Amino acid sequence: MSIKLDVIDRAIIQATQAGLPLTPRPYHDIAEQIDVPPEMVMRRIQAMLDNGVIRRIGAVPNHYALGWNANGMTVWDVMNDHIDELGQLVGALEFVSHCYCRPRHLPGWRYNLFAMVHGRNRDEVEAKSAQIAELLGSYCRAHSTLYSTQILKKTGLRI
Amino acid sequence: MWQMDATDKEIVNGLQGGLPLCERPFLQMALQFGISEAELIARLGNLLKQKVLTRFGPMFQIERMGGAFSLAAMKVPEEDYERVTTVVNALPEVAHNYRREHDFNMWFVLATETPEGIAHAISRIEAKSGLAVYNMPKEKEYFVGAKFTA
Repeated sequence: MSIKLDVIDRAIIQATQAGLPLTPRPYHDIAEQIDVPPEMVMRRIQAMLDNGVIRRIGAVPNHYALGWNANGMTVWDVMNDHIDELGQLVGALEFVSHCYCRPRHLPGWRYNLFAMVHGRNRDEVEAKSAQIAELLGSYCRAHSTLYSTQILKKTGLRI
Repeated sequence: MWQMDATDKEIVNGLQGGLPLCERPFLQMALQFGISEAELIARLGNLLKQKVLTRFGPMFQIERMGGAFSLAAMKVPEEDYERVTTVVNALPEVAHNYRREHDFNMWFVLATETPEGIAHAISRIEAKSGLAVYNMPKEKEYFVGAKFTA
């Protein structure tokens, strides 16, 4: 499903993609910048929240700065016939922040289930990964954990 | 070295959920934190400056606008890592890029306005880096969600 955005929506997105103005009346300042009434800016943003173009408006934390130092992308080679039910179960674990099915690239990349696991250190991530392994049982043929060691870029969307 | 105090932590935790849509949204949130609007705005500016927050504002889901997201990976030789990082990061379509410990040691997210944009970005990276890019778009999303507590 794709939602049609008009020139005003696009102007709002362009004005806010680097961040909301940190001013007492941020939506009014955007309105002034793109030359439309502030009520329209708020109405359009509400519509984009309702239709999912905007997930939420808020703070995006740098998890490293918050002490979540171990960021493990756990990857699993799960039998295709069972990946949907198992993906739901893994995604439901409270410590999994993102969970997706992705394509394999054989022979070099055999993993099709990705689950992001965060911890204050690697031991925490290993313990959580062991819980996932237990859940997947014999439906999983191999797995690995890829720790991030450096953020090379993090800018978010630019249109 | 600067450190977050209890109020900063409350702000980081309390503002991941959502800023209200009204004339004075920071004023409304500041009441919840027991500080003034001006102090909340100043603290948010500082949390960004200190890189505790990477961003403050709307989080967009580009797929809903007809665009596309994909995760892509590369196996980059160590001696070439810096050059390839420069090549990859130079593309505006690259939203995030992480170094990870594995043979597949560079992982980045592409965000493009059209589905075809992903393939174009990948071809450009392959041409400029001389290395293969493994495209791993999500086929199913089972969950996206957790918040990080400070």
